[in-house]
Amino acid sequence: MDPSTLLQYLVTGLTLGSTYGLTALGFTIIFNTTGVINFAQGEFVMLGGMMSVSFMAALGLPEPAAVVLAVIGATLIGALVERLAIRPVRHCPPINLIIITIGVSILIRGLAMLVWGKDTHALEPFSGSAPILVLGAAIMPQTLWVLGVSLVLLSGLKLFFSATIHGKAMLACSYDAKAASLVGIGVPRMVRLSFMISALVGAVGGVLLAPITLTSFDVGVMLGLKGFAACILGGLGNPFGAAAGGIILGVLESLGAGFVSSAYKDALAFVILLVLLFVKPSGLFGRKDFKRV
Amino acid sequence: MRATRWVGAFVLSLLFAAPALAADAIKIGAVLSVTGPASFLGEPEKNTLLMLQDQLNAKGGINGQQVEVIVYDDESDVNKAVMAARKLLDQDNVSVVIGPSISGNTLAIAKFFAAAEVPLVSCAAAEKIVHPVNPWVFNTPQLDRHAVSRILLDAKAKGYAKLAILTVSDGYGQAGRAVLKELVPAQGFSLVADEVYGPKDTDMTAQLTKIKGAAPDAIICWGTNPGPAVVARNRAQLGLTTPLYMSHGVASNKFIELAGEAAEGLILPAGRLVAVEQLSADHPQKQALEAYVADYAKAFNAPISSFGGYAHDAFKLVIQAIAQGTSAKSADIRDNLEKIAAFPATTGVYTYTPEDHNGLNEEAFIMVTIEKGTWKVTQ
Repeated sequence: MDPSTLLQYLVTGLTLGSTYGLTALGFTIIFNTTGVINFAQGEFVMLGGMMSVSFMAALGLPEPAAVVLAVIGATLIGALVERLAIRPVRHCPPINLIIITIGVSILIRGLAMLVWGKDTHALEPFSGSAPILVLGAAIMPQTLWVLGVSLVLLSGLKLFFSATIHGKAMLACSYDAKAASLVGIGVPRMVRLSFMISALVGAVGGVLLAPITLTSFDVGVMLGLKGFAACILGGLGNPFGAAAGGIILGVLESLGAGFVSSAYKDALAFVILLVLLFVKPSGLFGRKDFKRV
Repeated sequence: MRATRWVGAFVLSLLFAAPALAADAIKIGAVLSVTGPASFLGEPEKNTLLMLQDQLNAKGGINGQQVEVIVYDDESDVNKAVMAARKLLDQDNVSVVIGPSISGNTLAIAKFFAAAEVPLVSCAAAEKIVHPVNPWVFNTPQLDRHAVSRILLDAKAKGYAKLAILTVSDGYGQAGRAVLKELVPAQGFSLVADEVYGPKDTDMTAQLTKIKGAAPDAIICWGTNPGPAVVARNRAQLGLTTPLYMSHGVASNKFIELAGEAAEGLILPAGRLVAVEQLSADHPQKQALEAYVADYAKAFNAPISSFGGYAHDAFKLVIQAIAQGTSAKSADIRDNLEKIAAFPATTGVYTYTPEDHNGLNEEAFIMVTIEKGTWKVTQ
């Protein structure tokens, strides 16, 4: 095995992994506030990509403007989801809310199919498609965009949760919503904020990914699944863990396809995930007892 | 009092007349994947059938009888296809059925048709549908074998010896992979890599890197959108210059749109629909193709695909069988389908026989290269 091939597998894994990591980030934000896993997270990613494509095609906007509009649009849809689907039943246990998010994801997917049709669409890469060659491995400029923006989002979130009053208030809501509201935190407002931030993160991901992976009304399903797996792998509730989990999953898949067999690459990644959960149920970077403050 | 009696008589006469009128129409059933993952096949097929039905009825039908097409959507789901087929056979009493769109669904319902003695003209391509021959089951698309033979012919002419294959892990890819693994060695090539990707995969760089290591003379990719577009993009990203063959499953403008610049120089077998204007004026299919392209564009204002052509040909073949035999009884349609010879349609020139229920050969394909974002016929 020559080193350039190995490097190529790693680069591929990194690209794939950051797509999972970006989706996983969104999961952690809502989980951190509500204790709910939002299974419509993959749909936020899809909305980001599809809305950029259609703003460019329908309104004739240049790519940067379309992208910004798409991210704003998806963030508003995130707020709408919270208002219409989550708030009316906010006193239910988390499991009910989780089931509702599955319903929301099916609804968004169905509406997207009606609005945009069933075709796949492509978005132009932000800075051309000429590969950068490093030691014989090809890296796409778009991959650097994905990695760079993921890093910015990640550090931004880290800062938000540890250093701002809003971030801390959101964390407090997840530990104990009643106690949080007793000390004067507007819990419903925090929940809405968390849905908006996770929709924003998802949509940014979708915009970045569309040039690499293409986009269609149903890309959210697989991305949501892999993103969720990345979340579990890294340990729920930890943004850093989610991103790392995504990258580990992507690299495993890529190496599995390269060295074992491309037919079993998905199975391989999930088997390793299962084995890890047997050994360390809280995930790689998860705390043992999550609820203890 | 008088008025109500007249109204009553009128309503009564309608009640008796309506079934009589309906019974007069020739009922053609259709099971198509109008929605679901295979909707890119089923939707143009449904549009085409309904358009042809209206055209035919506007011209006075066939042998003085109107035609009624009853379309059921199987949602790309095998159970729904079975239910739809049972309903067409048991309740709607159709004379003939067109579809399903996908091979798995066709194979699942094919056995009902011999028992019910109703002919089925499938729009799906799997070889198992017509080999061995079920006397009541026909199909219209070119077989995978025809496409593979055409690609290998081209590869041989260019002097390639080592081939790599990259197939999707769904029904279409598995059927193609089986034929490739049979014909590649049989035609004297060596198969140096056999890679697979999932239908929802978004990155095939790992597979292509592995193929690159095996140093083939050419790569054959077998799949339907969007997978092959990603393969084409990844190939360009890796700076691979190994020639890449695609299957006929991507022969639509959508593929060029998705793959963008990466589509340049790719070679694939395709039906003549993609290059109607490059056909010589005396080609037997020219007229059928031009009419279909013009009508479809006028009726739906949407780009045409060869998939709708499969349903177009099935419908035309059925009508031809009825016209030849001057009867719309199921058994007569079946017998007359087998007598159709040298019938030009959009996919190819059909000659059905009791031994051949596909009716086409390699000639139904042309080899095209994608140049400057459009199809160029190379042979």
